[in-house]
Amino acid sequence: MSTTTAVEPVATPVEWVPRHRKRGRGKWLKYLALLFFAVLILTPVYILLVTSFKPLAETDASHAWSLPSSWTLDGWRQAWDGLSSSLGNSFKLVIPATIFSCILGSLNGFVLSKWRFPGANVVFTFMLFGLFIPYQAVMIPMIQLFDDASLPTGIPRLVLAHVIYGIPITTLIFRNYYATIPDELMEAARVDRAGMLRSYWSIVLPLSAPAFVVAAIWQFTSIWNDFLFAVFIITDPSKWPVTVALNNTTGSLVTPYNVQMAGALLASLPTLAVYIILGRYFIRGMMAGSLKG
Amino acid sequence: MRGLRRWGPGLLLVSPSIVLIGVFVYGLIGWNARVSLSNWRQQEHTTGWAGFATYRELRDDPRFAIDVHHIIGFTVTFILATLILGAFLAFLLEKGVRGEGFFRSIYLFPMAISFIAAGIVWRWLMNPAPGDRASGLNVVFDKLHLSFLGGQWWQDPNHGMSAMAIPAIWALSGYVMALYLAGFRGVPEELREAARMDGASEYRVYRHVVFPYLRPVTLAALIIMGHISIKVFDLIVAIGGKQIISEVPAVYMWVLIYDSHDYAKGAAIATLLLIAISVLVIPYLIYTVRQERQAA
Repeated sequence: MSTTTAVEPVATPVEWVPRHRKRGRGKWLKYLALLFFAVLILTPVYILLVTSFKPLAETDASHAWSLPSSWTLDGWRQAWDGLSSSLGNSFKLVIPATIFSCILGSLNGFVLSKWRFPGANVVFTFMLFGLFIPYQAVMIPMIQLFDDASLPTGIPRLVLAHVIYGIPITTLIFRNYYATIPDELMEAARVDRAGMLRSYWSIVLPLSAPAFVVAAIWQFTSIWNDFLFAVFIITDPSKWPVTVALNNTTGSLVTPYNVQMAGALLASLPTLAVYIILGRYFIRGMMAGSLKG
Repeated sequence: MRGLRRWGPGLLLVSPSIVLIGVFVYGLIGWNARVSLSNWRQQEHTTGWAGFATYRELRDDPRFAIDVHHIIGFTVTFILATLILGAFLAFLLEKGVRGEGFFRSIYLFPMAISFIAAGIVWRWLMNPAPGDRASGLNVVFDKLHLSFLGGQWWQDPNHGMSAMAIPAIWALSGYVMALYLAGFRGVPEELREAARMDGASEYRVYRHVVFPYLRPVTLAALIIMGHISIKVFDLIVAIGGKQIISEVPAVYMWVLIYDSHDYAKGAAIATLLLIAISVLVIPYLIYTVRQERQAA
């Protein structure tokens, strides 16, 4: 989801290990309820999958919920033809934007937790506000500013916007993660008269892998799924990321359902893959605030 | 001087971000407010002042009134449903069940999908066509003799926005569940044990020990869901397009800028969105930072 952000106030770290298992009466009822909600949540996925493999003739209402009688990749092929170039655009957008975001977040997080300056907390609070603002409130002047500065149009502008508005969340993720690094390590570095950059490079950075994974997943997912920035910033249809292209093809109701559903799946595959492979970190990214030590 | 040498480099390292946030968040917000007070309507770019004329115009704009009505309906349904569902799912999971990881993954996966992609399948599921042309959930309800559950969905003139909230509830209930699950697991086990030793029933343990512990989680969930809801845009565009029947302020702003080139009015709506969210978020941010400082 593009706009989700979290500042979790509770100082409790996410603890996923249950303490004890429940025995006895309520157990089956509980499983029944859990299964019921699981089925409910997976229903749209069932529809997406079966419809995407149906031939055009079977996409009408009377076959709506049934499995395809003959499975076909026609829908996927057509969706691919329509979306392949915009998928490419999305990758060209997401990869650099994610990398820059993580670097900035790591540096900021390091300073704001381990190399603090007077007023660091105030600066951090002012950054945090950027997490919550509706981007509509900066959109008109931002586009004007980009025009005035005659920045290269298209994807570079979008990368810049995502990097800038990604600063609050990535800073938050890294700052909370670095807070768990013992201060004694930093003191040791200071005694050794190591400068700031040395300390960062040789002590903090080698420990940062988990935070990089969390921040990268977060940025990858939210930039990939973004629609708002893209629809305002990108005016040339050949530069659209996949969300805008998808909305544009399906918005016109002439696109058959099998192609629409295949397109929706196609556009979701990269983020779903990330979720399936790195799910554990994905959850931690969402719970960013509760990473705090 | 020694102090400066100590923290100076840090400040220098963060300064690009401080400048960027200063310009792109605070500077542009101010600039946007300036646009909303100008008479920059239509194509030609004028910078003359119009004062609050645009805001007065919005106040008397029946279309904007409908949008506000819509977003309130959407928000109420969305917040109530995600909080209740999320808390309930966390409650089911909190003591540990076999396959917990499996259920958690399923409840959370909709977060990985864009509202644009989700909107495609939900538009199909919530298809309002009646009779023979019925599709989506209406077909299922008809077969189960529960037709009263189906109907016009988001195109219903009275409760349409509650239906519009369903995909958002689908997407974010798992997230609220994760927040509550962390909350449940943060209750010290000793507290529960002590209450049980005193002869408290399991119901009373929850009522008097666990639930009070969850209040900060509820507040966090309320703020997070609230700010998502007020600025909702993608979902509405994906399902309802530019139709007035499901229009919200964020969509109206987009239409004003793209179709009518009415920048002042678009900026005014954006400013109002910002104010609505700030009223919600700023006290919370201050509260959070203070809590943190006390804990430290």
